[in-house]
Amino acid sequence: MTGGLADLAVVDPALAERVGVSAVQVGIVLVGGPLLLGLMGKLRARAEGRVGAPITQGLADLRKLLHKEAIRAEPTSAVSAMAPVVLVGSAAVAAALTPLVSTRPVSAGGADVFLVVYLLLMGSIALALGGLDAGTAFGGMGSSRAMTIGAISEPALLVGILALAVQARTSNLPGIVKASLAHPGWLASPQRILALGALVVVVIAETGRIPVDNPSTHLELTMIHEAMVLEQAGPDLALTTAGEAMRLGLLLGLVANLFFPWGVADSGGGLAIAVGIFALAVKASALAALIALIEVSTAKLRLFRVPELLAGGFVLAIVAVTIGLVSR
Amino acid sequence: MSATAYLIGVSALCAAAVLGAILPAGQRLLGAALLSAVGCLAALAGSGEVLVSGHPFAMHSAEVLPLTGVDVSLDPLGALFVAITAIVGLAVSWYSIGYGAHPHASRTTTAVLPAFLATLLLVPAASSVATFMAAWELMALTSLLGLLGEHRRRPETRDAAQWYAVMTHIGAAAILFGLVLLGAHAGGQSFAAIAAHRRELSMPLRSAVFVITLAGFASKAGAVPLHVWLPRAHPEAPSPVSALMSGAMVNLGVYGILRVGEVLLGGGELWWWLLVASLGVTSAFFGALHAAASTDLKRLLAYSTVDNVGLVLIGVGAAGALQCDGDRLLAGLALVATLFHLANHALFKSGLFLAAGAIQHSTATRDLDRLGGLARRMPVTAVLFGIGALSISAVPGSNGFASEWLLFEGLLQGIASRSAVTQAALLAGVAALAITGGLTATAFVKAIGVGFLGQPRTQAAREAKDVAPSMLAGMGILAVACVTLGVVPGVALPVLERAAAGGLAGGAPHALRPGIGIELAAARGAIDPALVVVGLLAAFILAGSAVRFAPRPAQLRHPRRGEVWGCGRELQTARMEITATSFAEPLQRVFADVLRPDHDLEVTHASESRYFPEAISFHQRIDDAIERLVYRPVIAAVVSWGRLARRIPNGSVHRYLAFGFAALLLVLVVLR
Repeated sequence: MTGGLADLAVVDPALAERVGVSAVQVGIVLVGGPLLLGLMGKLRARAEGRVGAPITQGLADLRKLLHKEAIRAEPTSAVSAMAPVVLVGSAAVAAALTPLVSTRPVSAGGADVFLVVYLLLMGSIALALGGLDAGTAFGGMGSSRAMTIGAISEPALLVGILALAVQARTSNLPGIVKASLAHPGWLASPQRILALGALVVVVIAETGRIPVDNPSTHLELTMIHEAMVLEQAGPDLALTTAGEAMRLGLLLGLVANLFFPWGVADSGGGLAIAVGIFALAVKASALAALIALIEVSTAKLRLFRVPELLAGGFVLAIVAVTIGLVSR
Repeated sequence: MSATAYLIGVSALCAAAVLGAILPAGQRLLGAALLSAVGCLAALAGSGEVLVSGHPFAMHSAEVLPLTGVDVSLDPLGALFVAITAIVGLAVSWYSIGYGAHPHASRTTTAVLPAFLATLLLVPAASSVATFMAAWELMALTSLLGLLGEHRRRPETRDAAQWYAVMTHIGAAAILFGLVLLGAHAGGQSFAAIAAHRRELSMPLRSAVFVITLAGFASKAGAVPLHVWLPRAHPEAPSPVSALMSGAMVNLGVYGILRVGEVLLGGGELWWWLLVASLGVTSAFFGALHAAASTDLKRLLAYSTVDNVGLVLIGVGAAGALQCDGDRLLAGLALVATLFHLANHALFKSGLFLAAGAIQHSTATRDLDRLGGLARRMPVTAVLFGIGALSISAVPGSNGFASEWLLFEGLLQGIASRSAVTQAALLAGVAALAITGGLTATAFVKAIGVGFLGQPRTQAAREAKDVAPSMLAGMGILAVACVTLGVVPGVALPVLERAAAGGLAGGAPHALRPGIGIELAAARGAIDPALVVVGLLAAFILAGSAVRFAPRPAQLRHPRRGEVWGCGRELQTARMEITATSFAEPLQRVFADVLRPDHDLEVTHASESRYFPEAISFHQRIDDAIERLVYRPVIAAVVSWGRLARRIPNGSVHRYLAFGFAALLLVLVVLR
């Protein structure tokens, strides 16, 4: 996003600032995603009485993978090469548009809920096709399970955010964040609390955490995400891992800013953006800690129990929208 | 000018049908195809002029049909449907050049295809009850002939044709009854006269006409529970015919609902449109679910048509309901979104059907479980199918995304409507849109992943090759249209707004700002797909170069090919790949209540010990639950009544004379 528009930015200082905000957001998600994963790992380890890996382990892993040899399975097509790139690219564009640090990213008018959700879906499709490309049993199984879970969690995500969109009367993300900044009383409204519950379930499902998927397992019968990337190695795996971490960071940041918009920069200026970065880090870390806590305290669900959890999330979201409509 | 171009188009198609029937085999294909392509271009020019200028044309000819004559007129609403059909028809005509070289292809298909196209162009331009019904019946007949064109002796095809013929004729009878009732009370059979006299009609009469015609139009559109012919007819029809059925014919069902409900009857009451929206919600969910569970590629596409028709009906219902609530701006927005989605669906679905036809042409199967690895063997078809599949999955930057966003926005803005019932209907619509989004993505990941990726599962798939250039060109036209409308959707919107204003009884103000993206005029909401596409491409290039130029030793620069990881085993065969059936299994288990799959597991034990199975066979069928629960009992009842009735005529002349006497008495009593 930044590369193509850099020339225009010379002309218009306001646009330069927007491009800058988007670049900062992409950078934060790129670096912050793996750090959040590291933080969650650390918290889980501590809760289980272990020391755990350092928080920066994710970044070190990425660096290691990038230096490895690129190797792909014999029967694969161009899809295997493209899937990781699309995963990272779609997450990056979503991060550039979402109001994470400031409500003024590039194309703030076009930063719609629907667009961000479908950019995430685009990444999921790429990942699932990548899993099917080598034609192995595991890859296909992982893709099938991931798409099944995605097919139920994605509507919950859309309807969950819709509850806020109905309240703010716009589906524009910066618009929703601005409206919630202007109405502090909304934060404790019942539909927001229900929608938050729905979105936490969705974030757990979309990022493959316990109780939906166990990111640290390689047991054939239970793995979902790991099965899809079994054929990936080296730089391809680095991109996929980075993309997944970015999606986690993006989703946590999005949920944090939609429900707790404090600290998001609503005006230009370096200070406001610095505050925005700090606030985002604090809020996203808090949500990550919450998810780590859920992970420690629950066991992984059977695959066919997961849809019940997600359907519960979807129903919560629908109830949230209904309350929003009735209470208006 | 527009009238001339339109007439030239229809006549060229009729001439193409005659050429296709009489020319010798060598010249038949090219002659008919080129002439029908010319006809489609002319019709596109004629309808395009009506759409751009907003000036309708009207014609009357007393010569063609006895007693009533033929009334043809084209307003922006009808012109939009003519234009969509013409674009799809153009692509299908090119495609049919290569397709016709197939050993199965018949003279019937070559001759019927342009005739079918001509009737598809006539229906939206018919402006009197007689003309409309004549065109509608011709459309039903030509499509039925087209369906039977290739494999008329196969029992599945005959069965499909029977289902289609019965459903379409019950539908036509309902429409005829409704329109005749309307014409009789409105004092004329021309649409203009009916619309002028609609205020004199009582509301119960209007409601009766609407519900009766709705049943007919919904069966043509393929709305649940009247969809049963679709998943049977589409797989069995030759692919150009299925493409026209899904890309153009089902649209006309929606056209009929708008023409009768809004234009002729003036919008009517709220519950009409809630009924339409509830048909839409059911169809969207049911269709998307069956598409995700299907393993026959064309059956999958047919169910996906049911799903998309459902989304369109949700939009039509929302527009009608908002109009009844007096919100013309939001009604206009919802209808623009609906028509946009309808146009996009026509483009990508006909492209997908043509691609499925190319696969069938090359491998002689459409069962995903017998395909695999086609991406490396049919690369162009794979890319074109991929564009269609990503568009229908509403990936950002595709036309499907643009219209689904607009539909979402239309429903979301409409939720601010005054009446609580409308709000509930719109909320159900948004939920259906959200659920079908995920299910559609699953269905098409399955279609691409199992059909095109991995290793070939059969010899036929291993030997597949890309099809003739003319077939690829036909699909290419549609793919280009999809991408264009996806990146710069703004170019199509003024035209759609004009058609939408013509499709609402009270007209509609401008709901969108002009531009290359889409921006709502009255609320905060916009997308800028061109910018998103530029951003995505830039991000892909950056991410791709990060991988390529990562610092690593020179000997490791080039991607190496290695064996797949076989879990410790050496040999990895295509038998170990996931199949379409197993890909859909988890989803099918989650939604077992709706899909109701039939399982049949047979285990033969070894004679020595029953702990050692000798052979295991597993069969699974997913029949349409509605067909099984609703249609089968009705058919069984009709058959048993028929058996009962057969006992009455026992061959005795006395009994027949008694019947005649009784009937005569009855007539006399009634006439008294």
